[in-house]
Amino acid sequence: MGKLSSTLWLILLMLPQQLLANSQYNMREGVTDISNNVYQLHMTIFIICCVIGVIVFAVMFWALIHHRKSKGAVPAQFHESTKVEILWTAIPFVILIAMAVPATKTLIAMEDASKADITIKVTGSQWKWHYEYMGEDVDFYSILSTPSDQIANQAEKTDTYLLEVDKPLVLPINKKIRFLMTSDDVIHSWWVPDFAVKKDANPGFINETWTRINEEGIYRGQCAELCGKDHGFMPVVVEAKSEADFETWLANAKQAKQQAAAADAALLDQTLPKEELMVLGEQVYMASCAACHQPTGMGLPGVFPALKGSPIVLGDIKDHIDIVVHGSPGTAMQAFVKQLSIKQLAAVITYKRNAWGNNTGEVVQPSDIQAWIDETAEAKP
Amino acid sequence: MSSITDEHNNDAAHHDAGHHHPAKGFKRWLFTTNHKDIGSLYLIFSLTMFLIGGAMAMVIRAELFQPGLQLVDPHFFNQMTTVHGLIMVFGAVMPAFTGLANWMVPLMIGAPDMALPRMNNWSFWILPFAFLILLASLFMPGGGPAFGWTFYAPLSTTYSNDNTALFVFAVHIMGISSIMGAINVVVTIVNMRAPGMTWMKLPLFVWTWLITAFLLIAVMPVLAGAVTMVLTDKYFATSFFDAAGGGDPVMFQHIFWFFGHPEVYIMILPAFGIISTIVPTFSRKKLFGYASMVYATSSIALLSFIVWAHHMFTTGMPVAAELFFMYATMLISVPTGVKVFNWVATMWRGSISFEVPMLFSIAFIVLFTLGGFSGLMLAITPADFQYHDTYFVVAHFHYVLVTGAVFSIMAGAYYWLPKWTGNMFNITLAKWHFWLSLVSVNVLFFPMHFVGLAGMPRRIPDYALQFADFNAIISIGGFAFGLSQLLFVVVVYKCAKGGDKVPAKVWDGAEGLEWEVASPAPYHTFDTPPEIK
Repeated sequence: MGKLSSTLWLILLMLPQQLLANSQYNMREGVTDISNNVYQLHMTIFIICCVIGVIVFAVMFWALIHHRKSKGAVPAQFHESTKVEILWTAIPFVILIAMAVPATKTLIAMEDASKADITIKVTGSQWKWHYEYMGEDVDFYSILSTPSDQIANQAEKTDTYLLEVDKPLVLPINKKIRFLMTSDDVIHSWWVPDFAVKKDANPGFINETWTRINEEGIYRGQCAELCGKDHGFMPVVVEAKSEADFETWLANAKQAKQQAAAADAALLDQTLPKEELMVLGEQVYMASCAACHQPTGMGLPGVFPALKGSPIVLGDIKDHIDIVVHGSPGTAMQAFVKQLSIKQLAAVITYKRNAWGNNTGEVVQPSDIQAWIDETAEAKP
Repeated sequence: MSSITDEHNNDAAHHDAGHHHPAKGFKRWLFTTNHKDIGSLYLIFSLTMFLIGGAMAMVIRAELFQPGLQLVDPHFFNQMTTVHGLIMVFGAVMPAFTGLANWMVPLMIGAPDMALPRMNNWSFWILPFAFLILLASLFMPGGGPAFGWTFYAPLSTTYSNDNTALFVFAVHIMGISSIMGAINVVVTIVNMRAPGMTWMKLPLFVWTWLITAFLLIAVMPVLAGAVTMVLTDKYFATSFFDAAGGGDPVMFQHIFWFFGHPEVYIMILPAFGIISTIVPTFSRKKLFGYASMVYATSSIALLSFIVWAHHMFTTGMPVAAELFFMYATMLISVPTGVKVFNWVATMWRGSISFEVPMLFSIAFIVLFTLGGFSGLMLAITPADFQYHDTYFVVAHFHYVLVTGAVFSIMAGAYYWLPKWTGNMFNITLAKWHFWLSLVSVNVLFFPMHFVGLAGMPRRIPDYALQFADFNAIISIGGFAFGLSQLLFVVVVYKCAKGGDKVPAKVWDGAEGLEWEVASPAPYHTFDTPPEIK
């Protein structure tokens, strides 16, 4: 056993701890106290498992080498030993208790989301995240920004391929941030490895978790629960700023929101030219509609309906506006009134009614959208 | 007991007069009530499904060979991961074990056949139709199921396509087949043991299958309930899993995993039985700790009912529930450890030789234990928040299912093939099969631990660039492992066609009733119950 245990220690010492940490081979230590505890827990269990494995398999391979028939080994007759059997039931039990103690401590800390400084409501929907700064009147969608030609291998992929969004979630460091998770459609799971935060977003229910970030930086994660066709394309990006920078950002975000509202109001008196709406409409379509209805407007037969030649797109304009604005309950068609401005809505509906041979020639103006929103707001209290 | 024995004797004599030989041609297989024929059917079916499910894994690995979308669109990719999982679980592993049970349980307990032979026929013959329905859905508009083999609501209800009904009916048929198969095993073992074969003389494969059968009877109806609720939620406006109608999508997961966790033990307990049979044979030494093996198997089966929510730590459970499921899950490693220690102790001071079944068994012990270690890591809830739904989990369950369950099936197949066919298989080819499988399976699954820890989620058709190198390696391992299995088909085919004749007792260290009948095992065996010492 002397020889065995010294080999063991050698292996342990050689375990390149520093190399393993934050390498591409191992769990990330992350940037929160919790993620650090989780990493330590992970390494502890890993090493315990390695030690047990080395001992058990050393014994087994010893037998395989020395107790071979070809070496003339004669089988022993023993086939039970109460003492040994009790021992190897009891020892693992003790090891388990030793593992359970730190795990319990960390878990209880992880699940205590009380006394938070900031609350963010995170809503998953196919296939984007929506962030709402509770009580601050700031909210936005965060959508994959990797261009589709990179995904289709027609352009060079960048370092942040599939891990980049148009608007990251901006958070301050050194503040306890509580997340409230929910979903508009299927189950998603919000995961940032550097925070050791992974929580399911369940439709109709609210989950709670929290983090406190120690370092400024950009942290990337992905949806971790299969949520349909583009599950692989809804990353999470968090930008952690100093408190002062965060306050500035928040003030700017509020201002930008007010400006956008003012711009929307100004649009109500305007008639935009068809060309402008078609150009903007195509952009909006590619970002918000093409994942399901496809860039060609052909949809996926049996899954997502085609828009080319669709009775809704070619039919009554009010029905078309209604389904885009309010969605279609019980299907994957979302209510885009939450996600797009009235200008974007007008543009994308105009685009659909005039693209891929859908030559209705009809133009929808932002004021038409606003009128329908007002009309249905009364009907749907 | 003696009167029953006499009756059997008379019955058997009568039976024999009419049916010395199996019927000819296709009707033999369609109408057969013979446990050996049905066992062969199950095994051939399972091998076919293994190849089909494997082909889907090849599609998955080809798409993941490089970042970017190359071969398939994400919707089809999701169909592949889903159907691959369903086929491997319900079409490959479970029928393989049922096939082995059909062949071996009557031989091992000295029974002339399974207790319910006609039901046996039916429980096999509905299976191909279940999988025909499932596979056919892939060719319909909208394609097959794309919501993962775990079919979480509401992705499988509101957000799935109309072919979901086909998936539901296919799973129902698989479930009925499994339940009937399990009832048959239980009735056979309880009632048809040869006189003198007391419970604690039962071969361990029989013990593990008995316990597995009870698990099947307990949980397959739960699965049936889950798919039925999915069906009514989708088509008949119920709201079991829809909050808008007072339901809860997380309840689906509770129901599913209440089935799902015992299900994973359904796929591993018979494997324990096979390994416990083979290791003593080639160590030429009695199994160490027979009684503790039986108790360990039973404890694992009982514990399997109180650990299901460890699949759901991220769904948002009360911390007390998380602690309970963490502790209960960790406990499972105790009886599992006992098994591994017993196998090692069996080999200790034995007289070991390395025939092909033994090679697969040794690989099983090492690699299954590796999967057990990652399972223990996954049980630690705080760490599970990081591992959950990443490739670390994919690595874990492929280690226990491929190098665990599938390797044990391979070991069992090589162990009993000579008994079934009367011929020794081509040992050189079989060793090639073993070594190629062993190397490639680790190239395939080991790096998955790394990409998982580094943050790659499972079930994605495309990935960030830092995962690219490992994914290329994994895919190469995958293709090599897939191709290596074709060697197994060749070995089995050649062995069925001919080869060196083997005696009744094929392996010198083997013990058990199956080695007392001729090789190949006659169409009818133990018409007269054997005597148990």
